[in-house]
Amino acid sequence: MTIAITTQLICFVALAAALVLGALGVVLLPNIVYSAFLLGGVFLSVAGLYLLLNASFVAAAQVLVYVGAVNVLILFAIMLVNKREDLSAIPGLGVRRLLSGLVCGGLFALLLRVAFTTPWALPGPLPVGEEATIRIGEHLFSDYLLPFELASVLLLMAMIGAIVLARRDVLSCDIGTGEAVDQGLIEKARTPLLLDRSTP
Amino acid sequence: MLSTTAPGAGSGLDLQASVETTLQGMGLSAGAAHLVWLPLPMVLVLVAAVVGVLVNVWLERKISAAVQQRIGPEYAGALGILQPIADGLKLVFKEDIIPARADGLLFTLGPVLVLIPVILSWLVVPFGQHLLISNVGVGIFLWISLSSIQPIGLLMSGYASNNKYSLLGGLRAAAQSISYEIPLALAVLAVVMMSNSLSTVDIVDQQTGAGILSWNIWRQPVGFVIFWICALAECERLPFDLPEAEEELVAGYQTEYSGMKFALFYLGSYINLVLSALLVSVLYLGGWGFPLPVEWLAGWLGQPIDAPLVQVITASVGIVMTVLKAYLLVFLAILLRWTTPRVRIDQLLDLGWKFLLPIALVNLLVTAGLKLAFPAFFGG
Repeated sequence: MTIAITTQLICFVALAAALVLGALGVVLLPNIVYSAFLLGGVFLSVAGLYLLLNASFVAAAQVLVYVGAVNVLILFAIMLVNKREDLSAIPGLGVRRLLSGLVCGGLFALLLRVAFTTPWALPGPLPVGEEATIRIGEHLFSDYLLPFELASVLLLMAMIGAIVLARRDVLSCDIGTGEAVDQGLIEKARTPLLLDRSTP
Repeated sequence: MLSTTAPGAGSGLDLQASVETTLQGMGLSAGAAHLVWLPLPMVLVLVAAVVGVLVNVWLERKISAAVQQRIGPEYAGALGILQPIADGLKLVFKEDIIPARADGLLFTLGPVLVLIPVILSWLVVPFGQHLLISNVGVGIFLWISLSSIQPIGLLMSGYASNNKYSLLGGLRAAAQSISYEIPLALAVLAVVMMSNSLSTVDIVDQQTGAGILSWNIWRQPVGFVIFWICALAECERLPFDLPEAEEELVAGYQTEYSGMKFALFYLGSYINLVLSALLVSVLYLGGWGFPLPVEWLAGWLGQPIDAPLVQVITASVGIVMTVLKAYLLVFLAILLRWTTPRVRIDQLLDLGWKFLLPIALVNLLVTAGLKLAFPAFFGG
């Protein structure tokens, strides 16, 4: 075995172990902040696996999108609302855990069966390596153009929705409760905070 | 410090091949020689980064003193050049405190997560045609994605400190980092579009040819300003140092840290500053290029460009030019820090989202149009 193959094997084992243990931690740990940080670790291990498969562009995109954006936003949300309180116990927790454990175990067994019965083409197609960036770009602007544009429209809709929900002054009544919005509570962005001479 | 990924891509010294041949001449097998070679460039770049930080700290102390009409450090060595080492030693010997109600594990992991992506990013900084650790194809994109890991470390340390100032500082740092990443990436994208490549070596290669006139700063003046503002914001330098605004937040996410863990933050922010300056010089100021092309100079002096001695001289000039350009930008950043007031958080977010982002988008559009209209000048 050459040095390169040994290194690849060690990296694969380490990354796979980090991935599986991290994912288990995300699901099983009671502390939601730990789960969120471990999720970042899982995303990073996936990026490492992409690197091992010679897909460096996908790996970098994975880190940028999942670790840099998705995971940071999750953490943001947790830290803005987290009050460090213990949640009250849900009735029938044991049964729920047993049931969800059974479902997960069944799914795992099913996937294992699929993985072992599928005739994988080994070795697969040759990795394109550095050409991948160009290849992805060509696909995005030819046969994957419609999904690409649809995804951008979807994101735009989500963004406009978030802005409408956050800016209550465009609505006269609350969407959730139907009550009138107290216009006095809304901070006017254009009003200077310190130079307000209108109040005596 | 070099790669063999691009054989024949321009001329240049091949240090790796010569070192490995020498080692094999001493009786080592090819694999063993490669193993001995592998850690050398990494260690060299790590040392270069740390020395860069020491120089940076000294410059910061001296320039801030000059701005405020003081003398600054002068007893530790000539002109106080040993002062940063004294600073570092002090931090090493300080007691390492973990606050009683803090989360010990995350508290320790936070500074490490801040430092590692910054050091990893040095992978793609070229000091010459072959003088970089790895000429990876995704080059500059790797740096952008690595720098997006940093906010997680900041959030982690802010949360684990169990201190409201730390948490607010960490949240501010992450918000700032996310908002300025977007115009930064768009500014880089315009350069990448002109170079037809993400690789840092290709980006510099595209700027050689006519010396100073072919540098990207003339073709991308708006992109240069956007990139520099965003880089300062990413490094949390004044006027954008809100996450550690000492008058408002004690010291932000660093409040509870002392000793070596604090030193990691300190090191991380200064390495990041040097790295950003290096990348500005790579993207906009011609990287290792001399203001006059070295090929012309060699031609006027009647020397063949491929001669070993000329090669050594060009490589040295390349390193000196890269470092010189980077430190000119660092000087600018330090001067900015000691002369400008801090922006408010709403002004910071306004600037990022309502000004820099639209301008960066327009810059990208104009670059694309110019590239189609004048392919000869804008890298068709």
